[in-house]
Amino acid sequence: MLHTVNKSPTERNALESCLKHLTKGCAVLLIEDGVYGALKGTVSTKMVEQALKHHPIYALYPDLEARGMQDRVIDGIKLVDYSGFVDLAVEYPSVQSWL
Amino acid sequence: MTEVTGGIEMEEDTSGKIKKFLYINRKAPYGTIYALESLEVVLIAAAFDQDVSLAFLDDGVYQIIKGQQTRTIDVKNFSPTYRALEGYDIEKLYVEKESMEARGLKEEDFVVPVKVINAKEMADLMQSQDVVLSF
Amino acid sequence: MMKFGILINEGPYTHEASDTAYLFAKAAIEKGHNVSRVFFYHDGVYNSSRLTEPPTDDRHIVNRWQKLAKDHNIDLVVCVAAALRRGIKDENLQEGFRISGLGQLIESGIQSDRLVTFGD
Repeated sequence: MLHTVNKSPTERNALESCLKHLTKGCAVLLIEDGVYGALKGTVSTKMVEQALKHHPIYALYPDLEARGMQDRVIDGIKLVDYSGFVDLAVEYPSVQSWL
Repeated sequence: MTEVTGGIEMEEDTSGKIKKFLYINRKAPYGTIYALESLEVVLIAAAFDQDVSLAFLDDGVYQIIKGQQTRTIDVKNFSPTYRALEGYDIEKLYVEKESMEARGLKEEDFVVPVKVINAKEMADLMQSQDVVLSF
Repeated sequence: MMKFGILINEGPYTHEASDTAYLFAKAAIEKGHNVSRVFFYHDGVYNSSRLTEPPTDDRHIVNRWQKLAKDHNIDLVVCVAAALRRGIKDENLQEGFRISGLGQLIESGIQSDRLVTFGD
């Protein structure tokens, strides 16, 4: 399953909750304000890096760029554009949005 | 315009296709409309004979608490509607144990019978679904 | 080629949901996929208002959906119950959108290969 998270981890618990509900083979895509979860040096970084050991994590580059955060992304998080978002939605059998 | 309750006008033939639909509830009631309007989706979904489950986790567990009294906020109390789900053959209601306990709640606090499952079981449930709707 | 259904739970401008959904839909179409229906629920019904007048130097969200739908045969459906609650009716509905029931969302879930939700 592809899980999308669109809220910042310091605003809401969506990312934290999402990461607690991943099973083998799941991927996470951070979009909109969710891209703040992709950043180095925050209180959420460790939690995300831990998840990254077991699951591919992606971030929507246009949303990072819009927020001026494109140079602070955790190593290992893959950046995609909307075309990549579509590819992920195709690759995984279903999509769950954590709002 | 179709009737307010459903507008079930099947333009494509959906007969025969049965998918697993999971309705995710993570938000508390009344502060926002998501709890009420997601329940309205579930009631309509009942007519389509799909394999429906409801998941209550995070603040969504508050949606099905007994004893909701909404007269003084002058808003309709929709919690009794969860009891009507059984009559629509929607009986798979899952509450996440960790979410319940984090909020000091017990199974007897709920207005409907539920199955309490832990986060790992909830994750497996989510993974097994064909369509997941979040509100 | 996949058939996508899209659910939009929030109105234009206040949340990014409608923008993200639009850019996703556009990318899906460019890649040769089919976006068969976009269902507007909760405040998402406001994406169908004929009366919006955003600043001229900014994107016109309602018209953008109208054009994409027209160019690529997308069914833009506004939930009747959510619409009535919020004062969206045929008389203030933008052309290209139609008001119908929640059954259309379920049908989209059944018929699509993927149903993607954009919300708050």
